Amino acid sequence: MRFQGKSWKFPDDVDTDVIIPARYLMTSDENELAEHVMEDIDPEFAGNVKQGEIIVAGSNFGCGSSREHAPIAIKAAGVSCIIAKSYARIFYRNAINIGLPIVECPEAVDEAETGDEFEIDTDEGWVRNTRTGKSYEAKPFPEYIKDIIAAGGLMAAVAKRVREKGQVSS
Amino acid sequence: MGMTMSEKILARAAGRDSVEPGEIVEVAVDLVMTNDITAPLSIREFKKTGLERVFDPQKVVLVPDHFVPAKDIKSAEQAKIMREFAHEQGTLYFEVGRAGIEHVVLPENGLTLPGQVIIGADSHSCTYGAFNAFSTGMGSTDIAAAMALGTTWVRVPPSIKYVYTGTLPEDIGGKDLILHTIGLVGVDGALSAAMEFTGPVIEKLPVDDRIEMANMAIEAGAKTGIFPFDDMTRDWLAQYGDKPYEPVFSDDDATYQEVVEIDVTNLKPVVALPHLPSNTHAAEDIKDMVIQQVVIGSCTNGRISDLREVAKILKGQQVHPEVRCIVIPGSQEVAKEATKEGLTDIFLDAGAIFSTSTCGPCLGGYMGVLAEGERCVSTTNRNFRGRMGHRNAEIILAGPQVAAASAILGRVASPNQLPVAVGD
Ligand code: SF4
Repeated sequence: MRFQGKSWKFPDDVDTDVIIPARYLMTSDENELAEHVMEDIDPEFAGNVKQGEIIVAGSNFGCGSSREHAPIAIKAAGVSCIIAKSYARIFYRNAINIGLPIVECPEAVDEAETGDEFEIDTDEGWVRNTRTGKSYEAKPFPEYIKDIIAAGGLMAAVAKRVREKGQVSS
Repeated sequence: MGMTMSEKILARAAGRDSVEPGEIVEVAVDLVMTNDITAPLSIREFKKTGLERVFDPQKVVLVPDHFVPAKDIKSAEQAKIMREFAHEQGTLYFEVGRAGIEHVVLPENGLTLPGQVIIGADSHSCTYGAFNAFSTGMGSTDIAAAMALGTTWVRVPPSIKYVYTGTLPEDIGGKDLILHTIGLVGVDGALSAAMEFTGPVIEKLPVDDRIEMANMAIEAGAKTGIFPFDDMTRDWLAQYGDKPYEPVFSDDDATYQEVVEIDVTNLKPVVALPHLPSNTHAAEDIKDMVIQQVVIGSCTNGRISDLREVAKILKGQQVHPEVRCIVIPGSQEVAKEATKEGLTDIFLDAGAIFSTSTCGPCLGGYMGVLAEGERCVSTTNRNFRGRMGHRNAEIILAGPQVAAASAILGRVASPNQLPVAVGD
């Protein structure tokens, strides 16, 4: 898939408590969650982020709790893709599982600023910063994860499997 | 070639002779856990499979603990979704009044055993590595998939060996050891790896302290934190059940990504200042940091051994007049034991409050949320911005003794800064 959009830059170790504070976790409604996304690191973000824009972040993005509400809130806020130096592992799985595109590309992050225009191709595995004119290679996903993405997320893959095993009728 | 404990558990659960770090394997799970925040999403995703039953109701456990007893209508509704699902499916379930914080309750019920693969929709599910299990946190959708299939995928982590040497000072516990370690390696110092805790100090470390360490492996970014099995593990587990289990042991020629030696001889009680668990200092070096609240509890330090340490310090003392001290037992069992031993009276007499078991303020839910500009010493495991309330509030992580001393003195303090009690 290809994405294009303006970037919002965040530092290293952005944790899930600042992505979506626990005080809003009494719901799993994605639109309600989106209203508070990134509130404790940038209170203006939720009000200003536009459909299709991109989060650029340092290492260990999404560290902390296992709350899937974090990638859900980011996705529902309209963010099309995340570019980070690295992800905390639970966030990484959660993003793949719910279909929030993420790429790992440390060099692109180092040279990025808020407001840069990015182009990303997750299939071909590259990231381009229009302002600097530079292209970067993104780290490829393992095959197993590519299959989950291709199936349309984890539950779609699981549903297919239980149907094939005849555990539920199609 | 030799394997580490983590590799052996994963190989066994994958039905293989061996596995190597980096490869993705599908493993059978022994226990799948979810709580009142993560269960509603898991249940919604599980229903998408079209399956009517979870793979094995005796291996699925739901624990309401974060916002219960319900703090408002919305959280009551979340808890209701999980309660109804648990009853309909016949899964394991621990109701308010017979339960407590998941990572305290499951071991107390003999559900977390050596050699098992345990996954939970809660990041501190790595706690069970204390008992030589491979246990890790995942999100709601991964848990939904495991409830359906009885398996999950795991990228086999590289193992990092931490060897604790020297003589453990008397006032140092598991919390100090793990905070000190996170301070050394950083919050991504073990990113996606298995932390293996070993060495002569660990061989003598009580299981409750090991739990505190495994619990916080996630704060170094680790997938799990695992301990060798020994007589202490066996005795600890025997208190809570007699189910059979098969421990694993790392081979002498196992491969480690890194070996880190940590001499603990000169360690002083540790605190982590805002806003990262890696921002560690000796408690006694922190001068004039006035506090308004102390929280004693959570899945890290809400066990009876923690409350005993706190009671020892608070006995006959008063909480500082400008401090609110909130003591929260990790489970109903802990609450009962604390009351039986007279600890509850000590807390109440000191001017602390003693609540029912809940996660509560640990994640800023309720029972002690902080206002702007307030500061709290807490025995919990995360001091991220906004974690316990306002984004401009501050959390200082510490072990139970530092928390108790700070409650009395009204500032961040080490127990050795307390005036010596008469008769001591
Ligand atoms: S006590 Fe805190 S860290 Fe532990 S499970 Fe509850 S919210 Fe999470």
